[in-house]
Parts: sequence; structure tokens; C-alpha cells
Amino acid sequence: MNCAECEVLLHALLDGELDAGHARDVETHVAQCPGCTEKLRAFRAMRDAMARANLKEAAPASLRSRIEAALPSPAPRGTATLKSARPSRRMLFGGFAAGAVLSAAATASLFLTVVRNDQEQSIAGEVVSAHIRSLQAGHLMDVETSDQHTVKPWFDGKVDVAPPVVDLTAQGFTLLGGRLDYIGGEPVASVVYRRRKHVINLFVAQRLGREHAFVTAHTVQGYNVRHWSDQGLDFWAVSDLDGEELGEFVQKVSAAVHPGRPS
Amino acid sequence: MAGYADGEHDKARRFRDAALPYLDDVFTLARYLMRNSSDAEDAAQECYLRALRHFDSYRGPAMKPWLLTILRNVCNAEFARRGRQEVSNDCSAEKGAEDTPLWQETQATPEASLLRQRDDDTIRRLVAALPQQFREVIVLREVNELSYQEIAQVAGVPVGTVMSRLARARSMLRSAWSVAEGAAS
Repeated sequence: MNCAECEVLLHALLDGELDAGHARDVETHVAQCPGCTEKLRAFRAMRDAMARANLKEAAPASLRSRIEAALPSPAPRGTATLKSARPSRRMLFGGFAAGAVLSAAATASLFLTVVRNDQEQSIAGEVVSAHIRSLQAGHLMDVETSDQHTVKPWFDGKVDVAPPVVDLTAQGFTLLGGRLDYIGGEPVASVVYRRRKHVINLFVAQRLGREHAFVTAHTVQGYNVRHWSDQGLDFWAVSDLDGEELGEFVQKVSAAVHPGRPS
Repeated sequence: MAGYADGEHDKARRFRDAALPYLDDVFTLARYLMRNSSDAEDAAQECYLRALRHFDSYRGPAMKPWLLTILRNVCNAEFARRGRQEVSNDCSAEKGAEDTPLWQETQATPEASLLRQRDDDTIRRLVAALPQQFREVIVLREVNELSYQEIAQVAGVPVGTVMSRLARARSMLRSAWSVAEGAAS
């Protein structure tokens, strides 16, 4: 490999777009070439600075309202939360609960003993909607801390489960905090993690019936969802992470929650 | 109420849930392509209207690149209408001072905040000063976080072209950056 080829592939390496073979070729070349070593260092520094700079710009609230106004109006009973640009916390919860009640006909009891496929799908849809709303409303966390011993007690008295909160920082998943959310009208705990810039919502609720320990995978509107249950709890992990990394997350969580369980 | 209307409402709700979370992504790309906030707002709004019209035929897989593709088409149509006012070789820095501050975040100290704000403004200015085809790949990659494959889809070019544009864009940024750093210190 010469330096000109390497220069193009350096970026693909930084962006995680190279297959193992090419990555090895680039790394071999870089190891022998001070010029390319320096380039790799400089581009990495620049990329990190750009990531830190948070170049994404928030759309003005007026734009959001204009777009909302141009959409066909929602059913009159519908979710008021989605109409306002920045719903207050009360509106978010109130609206969400109201919206969730509507669809509760389909999911009257959220976590059923025998989850039929279509029902599982429908809950997965609700879970994804909750995930999206958590990102949209600027209200990802009610309790914001990376300390698992702060997050866990915070849920006391707010939900009828004590969700396991595990610190997975060492495994590459940063604990951001916790949030009270509603799915199908039921309060559920959400423990929020992040990998790189990808948010993961881990919803935890009481499981009413028999456990199904195997993990089911769904993709809804481009989001990956993993569902499993353990020790009387139902877990739903949602993220825009790719399936493999979300799978890794599930594995880490369930290993931490239940060390004895084979992963 | 007529089933048709319910269907429309349902569609609007699905569209909202699927597409609105990407409004910041769409708006940001629009800002960098259109170069000013009011044109960017118009482009983003037009993008969402078109997306809604075509939502019935949308079959995935990913909503974000789909929206960004539409946005890019909207912007290009606007440039064509204006008779290519967009000067693709404009390397001069934009007047960053006119831009409203676009992000806030709590900072440890006012000094750190100022320093970082300055860096962020510099980065934003340098990106804005890139010629369009390089500016768009940088924004699609660093801000919108698309994969090369998705960038290729949005920009309508092969992945190889994405790679070479990205390399070129970053090396332009790198040179401009050293100049800016030199001037600042």
C-alpha cells in the first residue's frame, strides 16, 4: 500500500468502515510510515474535536410547529404531546398516558403470560414510540447521574418494580440516568444508557406471567428492539444502535443482572 | 368518523413518530447547504411535506437517510431555481458572527466555556466554508452520523466517491484548522 491509498483508507479506518483485512493493511502501513502515523493522529484529533463541538443544530420551535400544523390533524382524542414543540413534563406524561390508553385496547394488559407474535410486535411498537418520545421531548432523564446507587433508589415508590441498574461503563455502555415512563398506560422504569452518541432505553416492568428467557429481536421504524424476561421482570431494550451492538448490550445487562445465567 | 379520515390520522401519527425525531438532523444539513437559517427552515419544511406525500411508498430501511435525500433534492432544486447562486468554490470564511449561538451546554467554568465556544465556532465556520460537495459529505458523516453506504445513497454517488470526498474534505479542514489555530494563539 502506498501513502496515497493509505490516506483515503485512513478515514475509513477512523470511521469504522473498513473490513478486518483492509484495516490490517492500513495499520501495517501506518506502523511503518511516520507521515501516515502523523496524519492518522491529526485526523483522529480533528474528528474528536468535531464530535465534541456538537455541530448539530436544534430546529427552531417555530419550524417544528409549522411542520406539525401542515400535517393532517391527529385524531381529536389523540396525543396532545406530539403537537407542542417542547411539551412540559406534565404534558408529556399526561399526554402520553392519554395516548397510551387509546392503544391500550390492543395491549390491555401489557406484559402478558403468553405473548403472541402480533401482540409482542404491538408492544414493541409502543416501546419504540416511548423511546422516540424520550429523545424528542428533551426529556431523556428524570434522574441524571452515572451512579447506579443513585438511580436505583430513585425509582422507589414510583414504579412497582426495583429495576436492576448496572454500571456497564467498562463494557462501553455509559449509564446516563433513569426516567419514569408509561407504556400501555402502565408506569415503567427506564434506565438510560449511551454508547457513543446512541441512546439506549432499557424499559423494565413487572412480568405477570411465565418468563421467556430467550431474547426476541424486533426492528420497528429502523430502531432495534430486544425483549427478554428474567427474575419476574420484563426487559425491553431499544436503540438506534445496530443489532449486533444492542445484542452485546443485552448480554452485558443480563450477565450483570443474573450472573448464573448462561449468555 | 370516516375510516378514510382515521387512516389519514393514523398515517400522520406514524409519520410524526417516524420522521419528526430527525428534524434536528434535517435542519442542520439544511443550514449547512442553504447557508442561512430562514432558507434552511423553508427547505426543511418542504422536505417534510414531500416526505409525507411519499410516506405511503416508504419501505425503509432507514428513515434518516431517506429524509436527508429528500432534503438534498429540495436544496438542489432551489439552487437550480436561483440559477446556481451557490458558489461551489467559495473558500472564504462566512461571517460567523451573524449566526445565532446554536447550542448550549453547562460548562465547568466561564473560561472553559469561552474557549470551547470559540473552538466550536471555528469548526462550524471552517465546515461552512468548504465547497458544497465536500461540505455535505462532512456534515452527513460527522453530524448526521450516516454510514458511507448511506452517504452514497443521499449524495447519489458511489461509495468510492464518498471516500475520496471525505478524505479531501478532511484534509482541507485540517489545513484550514492549522491556519485558524495559528491565528488564535
